[in-house]
Amino acid sequence: MKIIIAGDGKVGAMLTRQLSAEGYDITIIDANPRVLESTEELYDIMAVQGNCATMDVLERAGVSEADLLIAATSADEINLLCCLTAHSMNDRLHTIARIRNPEYTDQIIKMREVFPLSLTINPEKQAALEIERLLKYPGFLKRDTFAKGRVEIVELRVDKDSLLCNHTLADLDSVVGCKVLICAVLRNGSAVAPDGNYTLLAGDRIFVTAPTDTLETLLKNLKIITHKVRRVLLCGGGRLSYYLAKQLDQGGIAVRLIEQDYDRCLQLANLLPGVTIIQGDASDERLLESEGMDDCDALVTMTGLDELNMVISLQGTIRKVPQVITKLGRMDNSYILDQLPIGSTVSPKQLCCNTIVRYVRALRNQEGAALSVHTIADGKAEALEFCVDDDTRYIGEPLKQLHLKKNVLIVCITHKGKQEIPGGDSFYEKGDTVIVVTSRDAVIYQLNDIFEA
Amino acid sequence: MNYKMIGKFIGKILLVEAVFMLPAVAISLYYREMVAARALFISALVTALIGGVMVAVTRGTKRGFHAKEGMVCVGLSWIVLGLFGALPFFISGAIPHYVDALFEIVSGFTTTGASILPEVESMPYGLLYWRSFSHWLGGMGVLVFLLAVSSGNERSKGFTMHILRAESPGPQVGKLVPRMKQTAEILYVLYIILTVIDVIFLLCGGMPLFDSVCTAFGTAGTGGFGIKNDSIAGYNPYLQNVCTVFMLLFGVNFTCYYMLLLKQVKSVLKDEELRLYLGVVFGSIVLIVLNLRGYYATVGETIHHAAFQVASVMTTTGFATTDFDLWPSFSKGILLCLMLLGACAGSTGGGFKCGRALLVLKGLRRSVRQIVHPGKVEVVRVNGRTVDEKVLQNTNAYLAAYALIVVASFLLISIDGFSITTNLSAVLACFNNIGPGLELVGPTCNFGGFSVFSKLVLILDMLAGRLEIFPILILFSKTTWGKR
Repeated sequence: MKIIIAGDGKVGAMLTRQLSAEGYDITIIDANPRVLESTEELYDIMAVQGNCATMDVLERAGVSEADLLIAATSADEINLLCCLTAHSMNDRLHTIARIRNPEYTDQIIKMREVFPLSLTINPEKQAALEIERLLKYPGFLKRDTFAKGRVEIVELRVDKDSLLCNHTLADLDSVVGCKVLICAVLRNGSAVAPDGNYTLLAGDRIFVTAPTDTLETLLKNLKIITHKVRRVLLCGGGRLSYYLAKQLDQGGIAVRLIEQDYDRCLQLANLLPGVTIIQGDASDERLLESEGMDDCDALVTMTGLDELNMVISLQGTIRKVPQVITKLGRMDNSYILDQLPIGSTVSPKQLCCNTIVRYVRALRNQEGAALSVHTIADGKAEALEFCVDDDTRYIGEPLKQLHLKKNVLIVCITHKGKQEIPGGDSFYEKGDTVIVVTSRDAVIYQLNDIFEA
Repeated sequence: MNYKMIGKFIGKILLVEAVFMLPAVAISLYYREMVAARALFISALVTALIGGVMVAVTRGTKRGFHAKEGMVCVGLSWIVLGLFGALPFFISGAIPHYVDALFEIVSGFTTTGASILPEVESMPYGLLYWRSFSHWLGGMGVLVFLLAVSSGNERSKGFTMHILRAESPGPQVGKLVPRMKQTAEILYVLYIILTVIDVIFLLCGGMPLFDSVCTAFGTAGTGGFGIKNDSIAGYNPYLQNVCTVFMLLFGVNFTCYYMLLLKQVKSVLKDEELRLYLGVVFGSIVLIVLNLRGYYATVGETIHHAAFQVASVMTTTGFATTDFDLWPSFSKGILLCLMLLGACAGSTGGGFKCGRALLVLKGLRRSVRQIVHPGKVEVVRVNGRTVDEKVLQNTNAYLAAYALIVVASFLLISIDGFSITTNLSAVLACFNNIGPGLELVGPTCNFGGFSVFSKLVLILDMLAGRLEIFPILILFSKTTWGKR
């Protein structure tokens, strides 16, 4: 499958890495020759230099044979124009445009009709939704939903005083008192698919599969206090901050937002009547103190600088803010983060990439392709949701008799709308949906890929 | 400074004024008042001649003008309007002193309704008409009228906006439609329709035609000149209630009526200024009714009088059905506060304006909040829309100028030696274009007792009040007349 990526920024580069590794033919377009040069050195792709919205450049990039165009330049309007132009040259082309200006969000559905867009993505909006979900269950570092929101994979940190610490997975059911499954453990920067003898240690980050309605029981039994979030302090006033503040405000949560630039403050004050906008330096400890860092329920750091976000989040954790969420632009050095108590991390760019990769996979194999794809464990493992159909092998056989590939786990079976955390005797039938967790080296396009050949 | 352009404008204003004197001449002839008819006719002739000469001399001026000239133009126009409008009273001998005549007609044009006449029933009909008509014309604005009728093909460009801004009351004046001429037309058409409806309602109550028209003029402009010695008190309760309702209607921002025509009922109902206005009216009536227990025979009568007086003072009309100077202090206090507050911006009423009060209060609330959160950035919103910082600044400046003028005028007319209540209420009544005050200038009394100097001060107060201070203030500023 031929894919053109317009815009070699952070998202473009991340997509290039992921998609070229999965074996697609990638052509990347960017106006800046130096950026292209370094990308070309790193990956086996073709690079075209020029304005991606011009027919000439698109022609050189091979738009007439391409299957998919991903427009991820920094300007929404160029992305739109690029998709529009390309589609006029090849009407079988699928187009994905990144549209992130908040002024367009209300008309995005209309725009998808008017312009020939297969998908629009708004990384900041997506990240805001993600953070909002995290704030609803303050115990989890991360949540991914499957099966139309009825099953989740949640991330938990095992601390020294955690009830889980020093227990083997075989004891798990007796400790947590409900049926859940640990599908991956992240220890010292590498992901493991654990078996029953695996012992959890302090500092591990575990990924737990559970039906959404048992999450509350899980938190209660693990003695992780969940209190309702009422007051939230946001640092940084970018687009992500705007979306998040708006959603939280609508949900009746008291929001305080600190932003350094006065004009941006005015804009935000204009757009967000219910939010307290404070002009000041978010790294100033005294300001944070006077604006109630000590009595807020959650701190979200979303300035443009990862380093600053981390420092503020560290402060928050030290001052015992119940929940801390950190936005990161780059996830490259995420192994450092394991050592740091900076709460949950959210990366809009990664979320955006996940959405696009999911779309690409679905495109590649319309039949039996993943219903949804989530990268977990800092991108070291992947959770995929599949539908069981006629071609699926081993229908009706107990799981203990199947030979799955190494590092692949079936973590949930949804049968006629009912979720089951599977044991050795469980089996799936036609029409069920199955969630599979795998480490990232084994690429899985359809359900049959999980079995040993 | 573009003197020629200003001259041209003032010339045109005089021509308009001369034309409007002619109906008064006809009425005088109809009632066979030869002295008044002659005086009115001579005044019209003089006014037209001078206006004509000014227009002729300044012909061919093309350059437009700016905010400063717009302000000066409006300020001067209104002074000139008063100077010539006073002629009929003076020439006919109905008011022997020119300053008194000036006071009377400025009071008319500024829709104040303060009078120096101890009794009005002996006045010729033609002059009574001219006096009441000045309310109607002054209510919506003479220059706005000129904009409505002038040929709008126009090289007029944007500068006419400055005139609308200077003459129309309110902190934020905007056009209703893209064209200035059309905006002015819409305002006047709404104004005329409402006035005609008022006349019809009054006629239905058995009021004679002449009385109806004059009373409607007084109501529409929120002026308050009655043509009877006892103001409105002599008419039956139905007519008084009609006046109550229409006074309140004319105290509403005219943009609201335009939006009703466009069927935007929701946004009118949600209008914060309108809500404040109606809330204050309702609250004041309730408080006064409670305070007045025992003053009138029935509760119904109490409500009737309270509602009328509240509407009359709040909209700065100044009609009276009863002598509220005899009311208890609390009720008088409420009326005094209502005098300060005034009607809605963009209405024909005067005063500080509900819209401005809203802005000042919201600005104050913001300041208090900023003490709690020193770095807090917050915008002031009215009707969900952000108010420009400049508008807030101007509103605060207006408040300062307002207070300053009240204090200064109070001090100046205190020289006459009347009581503090009299002086203060006289200044407030004139400056806010209401008319009657308390004690010696109460509803049953008049301003005749003041000295010439005090009258001149009050005349300036009335003009400053009607034109919202700055167009008059700018006339006294050195930078206005300097070369740079």
